[in-house]
Amino acid sequence: MTSPAPDAATVRVAPKARLQWDEVRQRHVLLYPEGLVALNETGADILAMCDGTHTLAGIVTSLQQRYGVEGVQQDVTGFLEALAAKGLILFERG
Amino acid sequence: MMSQPLWLLAELTYRCPLQCPYCSNPLEFAGGRFRNELGTEDWCRVFREAKALGVLQLGLSGGEPLLRADLEQLVAAAHEVGLYSSLITSAYRLTKDRLAALRRAGLDHVQISVQAADEELSNYIAGTASYRDKLAAYRWTKELGFPLTVNVVLHRKNLHQVRDLILLAESLGAERIELANTQFYGWAFHNRDALMPTRAQLDEGWRVVQEERARLGTKLEIVWVLPDYHERYPKPCMGGWARSYMTVTPAGEVWPCHAAGRITTLKFANVREHPLEWIWHHSDAFTAFRGDAWMPEPCRSCPRKTVDFGGCRCQAFLIAGDAGVTDPVCSLSPHRHLVDDAVAEVERTAAVDAGEWLYRAAPNSRALAAKG
Ligand code: SF4
Ligand code: SF4
Repeated sequence: MTSPAPDAATVRVAPKARLQWDEVRQRHVLLYPEGLVALNETGADILAMCDGTHTLAGIVTSLQQRYGVEGVQQDVTGFLEALAAKGLILFERG
Repeated sequence: MMSQPLWLLAELTYRCPLQCPYCSNPLEFAGGRFRNELGTEDWCRVFREAKALGVLQLGLSGGEPLLRADLEQLVAAAHEVGLYSSLITSAYRLTKDRLAALRRAGLDHVQISVQAADEELSNYIAGTASYRDKLAAYRWTKELGFPLTVNVVLHRKNLHQVRDLILLAESLGAERIELANTQFYGWAFHNRDALMPTRAQLDEGWRVVQEERARLGTKLEIVWVLPDYHERYPKPCMGGWARSYMTVTPAGEVWPCHAAGRITTLKFANVREHPLEWIWHHSDAFTAFRGDAWMPEPCRSCPRKTVDFGGCRCQAFLIAGDAGVTDPVCSLSPHRHLVDDAVAEVERTAAVDAGEWLYRAAPNSRALAAKG
């Protein structure tokens, strides 16, 4: 079962998935066995930070700085939890 | 906007040491049309052209792709252009060294079939003693860090094993198990009466799948491919004809799905003669049923036509003799009675009749071709 995303856990794209630029459609995609998720710019930014060194809280802070917005915590958490439910993102306790 | 393909199934060879009676390969796979296999360079070019056209997902299949001595090179070429590659194999005679070499070459995902949950039945259905090779290969796949899919084609002779198959996949640490109810094309269509399950078997299988999904959650993804003869509406075959998918056969013909070569009223272009881009956009086979202009009634005025695209063209050809009619599986099709008859026949005879099948083997293929 998926555990809720703890703020302190580091986040990583699962080994079975690969973040990639799709030149033909001019967007990032997350590829995995027999499927893919098409990403918008923000989604791609988030996943680029899912490299095992950033925590969920760190990603939120960094996004808020980059886009100059507040309160993205819930959206980011929801986005990552949905991917975690498909086994595409791993939360690792530090 | 013109559609761009996402998926390429590369059928590298139709040679195969197994003889599964449900095989989707063409009945005449041993004949001249398929024997002149593309070389390494041809395939590498196909992969480059596919990527440039928009393909992201590559299935390396067959037949048995391991029989290609250049498989490592092909995987490396696919990796280099950025395709996500899946090896779709029986794992017969696969060694750990070769699997490790494929890993180094950049292979992303391994899908290994098994024909049943126990050795005796699995070997019987495969027509080849292959179960032990498969179990060893499953373990190496995990040890080497690949994501693993266990693939099982379900039919009358193994549907009672759904739970055991799921337990097997769980014990192997697989990410996915694909429980694919037989789709009746190729050898499966020829062997339909021996393979088609009863309604009761399907209901029980589906019940077990739901139970096991609830138990396993995200630990193991259980894919259940619907048995479309027993449904009211057809499947959205290939996500719509020529919308996102193509198959390249061993000798270079390009098909909108892996069963399309059977449709004798279409002309198939070959990568030896045309660039993939031209084939995708302009060849007869791809343009014939793209979009919905070709649709007759009842599809034409049906609200579901954007959901299932009128179903499967190959099934329309196989059952109704015309690739351009509504999929006969659809309950609105004027040909549905042909499907109902086949289903009813199985309900009537399954209990008493063991059901003989013809194994998918080169001598059988040649004998069928000779009969015409
Ligand atoms: S279905 Fe069986 S016989 Fe056909 S290619 Fe696959 S392993 Fe070989
Ligand atoms: S009539 Fe055609 S579009 Fe409508 S459900 Fe049947 S196959 Fe699909």
